[in-house]
Amino acid sequence: MAAQVRVLRQRVKSVRSTQKTTKAMEMIATSRIAKAQAKVQAAAPYSEMITEVLEALANVSTLDHPLLVERSSAKRAGILLITSDRGLCGGYNANGIKAAEELAALLRSQGKEPVLYIVGRKGVGYYTFRQRAIAESWTGFSEQPSYADAEAAASALLPAFIAGSDGQDEDGNQGIDEIHIVSTHFVSMITQTPRARRLAPMEIEYVDASAPSDGASKLLPAYEFEPSADLLLDEMLPKYVTSRIYAAMLDAAASESAARRAACKSATDNANDIIRSLSREVNQARQAQITQELSEIVGGADALAAATNEED
Amino acid sequence: MAEMQVNLVAVEREVWSGPARMVVARTVDGDIGVMPGHAPVLAQLREGFAARIIEPDGNVLGVAVHGGFLSVTKDAVTLLAEEAQLSDEIDVTHARAAYEAARARGGETAETERELRRAQAQLLATGESI
Repeated sequence: MAAQVRVLRQRVKSVRSTQKTTKAMEMIATSRIAKAQAKVQAAAPYSEMITEVLEALANVSTLDHPLLVERSSAKRAGILLITSDRGLCGGYNANGIKAAEELAALLRSQGKEPVLYIVGRKGVGYYTFRQRAIAESWTGFSEQPSYADAEAAASALLPAFIAGSDGQDEDGNQGIDEIHIVSTHFVSMITQTPRARRLAPMEIEYVDASAPSDGASKLLPAYEFEPSADLLLDEMLPKYVTSRIYAAMLDAAASESAARRAACKSATDNANDIIRSLSREVNQARQAQITQELSEIVGGADALAAATNEED
Repeated sequence: MAEMQVNLVAVEREVWSGPARMVVARTVDGDIGVMPGHAPVLAQLREGFAARIIEPDGNVLGVAVHGGFLSVTKDAVTLLAEEAQLSDEIDVTHARAAYEAARARGGETAETERELRRAQAQLLATGESI
């Protein structure tokens, strides 16, 4: 009996200590969401500006840059999958990986071979465990990505893309014909949806879809170009791709923190429920123990009394 | 005196914005000075050089710009950069050390070349001589 109470108390203690961890992680994640969103905000002016400038460029240049031209016989398609480094974030990674797998299946059905580039330890773990080939991976920054991290990814993807599946990049690896990116989009604190988009060959994305109504008829400035428009386009397109990768990483970081907050919050709540029901059990067991001891004492006293009576 | 709106936008944040009297920068084709009413220009900035923003009160802001473009439109002048630092954010001794170190190694690889350019831009932005 006493043993049962002790065991139950131990379980309560263990659940409490787990709860402390999840509670702390929930609070850290909450503060990181705000930070990640601030970073998304801070990065917005650049992507707006570069989009605006590219639009102006696109209007005057010949647009035969490899990043813009669809390849008729695409054979290999690169997928950049953004996952987290750490777990405890609910279905965040599972959903992202699922979206990537769906995209890979779609590409295969189109006769293209998917080539995986992975950000985040969880994605790397998933594919290495299944012994699937990963072209390249980057880890260690999923919660707080910097532009340098996006650059690192872009500097692997872009040369491979420029080389194409018929050519080889500097390291002698076979190139790719398309670049897709799978990342999680932050919809709200409770909803984050994985989404797959094609980065290259690309169409220039309009950053601000809800632009003011006069934006539609806005005249693009009649730029003079230094150097020529085509040369500028060569310089700017890779930067544009990098900034899109960076934006996706920031969005994913915000989603990751939000997913972690939700997962850790429900873990904390569940721990509370478990603690409540376990404490009830402890109380019952304690009560039962007291009752048993009492009846043992009473029974013992009765037995003693009976024994002394017999002796008389 | 006429003023124009100047935005200095880096990838990770908007570094500075405000009115200015003039912007001087070095493009791949040469130095360019932009004053209010300048014709629209889109130019690529040369790596390893600093841009200067002259505020209405005559105060000169040095800016180290890496991977930058200059966009002049009717409404505003925008310096777009992968990375930008104002002169008062730059640690001069650190930049000087980085510059010397990168120079000593020689510009063999793209990486050291990059570091050299970066440090050089930082030194020029703070008005140091190199």
